[in-house]
Amino acid sequence: MYWQKEYETMPREKLKELQLARLQQTVRRVYENVPFYRQKLRAAGIEPGDIKSLSDLNKLPFTTKQDLRDNYPFGLFAVPLDQVVRLHASSGTTGKPTVVGYTKNDITTWSDLMARALAMAGGTKKDVVQNAYGYGLFTGGLGIHYGAERMGATVVPVSGGNTPRQLMLMQDFGTTILTCTPSYALYLSEEMVSAGIDPRKLKLRVGIFGAEPWSERMREQLEAKLNLTALDIYGLSEVIGPGVAMECLEKKGMHIFEDHFIAEIIDPDTEEPLPYGKQGELVITSLTKEALPIIRYRTRDITVLNCSPCDCGRTFVRMQRVTGRTDDMLIIRGVNVFPSQIESVLLEFGDTEPHYLLVVDRKGALDDLEIWVELSDKFFSDKVRALEELEEKLRARILSVLGISARIKLVEPRTIPRSEGKAKRVVDKREI
Amino acid sequence: MKVKQISVFLENKSGRLAQVTKVLGQNGINIRALSIADTTDFGILRLIVNNPDAAYRVLKEAGFTVSTTEVIAVEVKDEPGGLSKVLEILREVNINIEYLYAFLQKATNAALVVFRVEQLDEAIEVLQKNNVSILQGDRVYAL
Repeated sequence: MYWQKEYETMPREKLKELQLARLQQTVRRVYENVPFYRQKLRAAGIEPGDIKSLSDLNKLPFTTKQDLRDNYPFGLFAVPLDQVVRLHASSGTTGKPTVVGYTKNDITTWSDLMARALAMAGGTKKDVVQNAYGYGLFTGGLGIHYGAERMGATVVPVSGGNTPRQLMLMQDFGTTILTCTPSYALYLSEEMVSAGIDPRKLKLRVGIFGAEPWSERMREQLEAKLNLTALDIYGLSEVIGPGVAMECLEKKGMHIFEDHFIAEIIDPDTEEPLPYGKQGELVITSLTKEALPIIRYRTRDITVLNCSPCDCGRTFVRMQRVTGRTDDMLIIRGVNVFPSQIESVLLEFGDTEPHYLLVVDRKGALDDLEIWVELSDKFFSDKVRALEELEEKLRARILSVLGISARIKLVEPRTIPRSEGKAKRVVDKREI
Repeated sequence: MKVKQISVFLENKSGRLAQVTKVLGQNGINIRALSIADTTDFGILRLIVNNPDAAYRVLKEAGFTVSTTEVIAVEVKDEPGGLSKVLEILREVNINIEYLYAFLQKATNAALVVFRVEQLDEAIEVLQKNNVSILQGDRVYAL
């Protein structure tokens, strides 16, 4: 039920005291060890000693994804590399990813947070956790893996893809907890039907689904089709990875692990903090991270915080499902995609006009990305093979930069609508 | 010896081919031969016209992606095995044919076939050596 009961059910007054002490430490640590933060704090006229209460938080400057990019790869690390035991990264715009690092203690913290998440879903060491999040630079796979091991569960590190094998292992190993993106879970359920597998004969009990937006409608579908309880999990690599917040069995929002993170909601335009209950952009400050402490990180995710007591007994604030973004980021098959990444690939090629349109749809349960690209006169050939080679080269490059496969569709010049000001780059037909 | 071919990029959507022929017609350009290569997404229309330079210009002005390519127009005996003989000549010297298509009307007693090859000059040389008749561009445009 609880993994670290003392923290998970800490009275809020006591929790706030803990947050303040940890915030003061964090601010001092970044001031002393990260030139980027030192300069930013000085420019704002703030010394670490100025943080006297939690309300002083909003004196601190924000940190953005761009700041991580500008300080690629290790510029925001607060410890020397010999104390960093792991690196993760997400895809970047010009081929340079956003890099995050972890000390040994960070890995322990993260593992505990993920163990809490699993326990919150009713998990124990008796569970068999089939982890179908991608392993590798993406934080999803290893994040869940370490948490499940920490809890003492049996982990099946199957990673994403290879659906027939997923279904075989699920039956043969008696999987009780499935972890993957909600769209992949839906896909698995459909394949289960085609394979003639009756979900009621499986031991599946809980699904922990995250890394992309989903809805109550999808929850109903997943629960009916997979015969399990479907729960939402939230996290982002810049903060720690999965395990920033997790839904409890009450299914009324995700508890943010506030002993390790301070969550704020701001108005994305004025950047002013908003009270609980108001919708806005989630901003997170890490309180215990050693390798990459992060101050007021702009997640760009839109949500609402709810501080009312939860029947599960946890005192942590709850965030609603993420309902949108304040930037143009898309999540396709669990992968974060910025239209500007496509643009940079096209510019690098130079064989096509940098006019493009991303058409995102859901084919069956899976996201489908088609990229319309205007063909330039320069590259036009009378040979079909040459044009198909261009499509294939683009496809391969986009796969390597974004880590996602897309279909390329060459279109005639000046056929993608131009608009005044901000160009329309995305048509999202998905109904989530 | 070489003939200018006009190629036009066409998305697979209705009305695009009609649009090309309309532009050509309005500008008094006559189509002598044509072929379309298509994939699921797009097609490439290849044209031999009476005035390739004008065709290139008007299509460009109409917003199409156009290019010109040099091809050869070969007279092939209008009898069984006629095309085969020409292909055999090219095969012997390892000249690869990208594509070919036939003319709409008969030029003489022979059929007229357009060849697109990588080694254009070599192809002309070897065909002539083997007494295969190749039509001059001017003759083709004036057909």
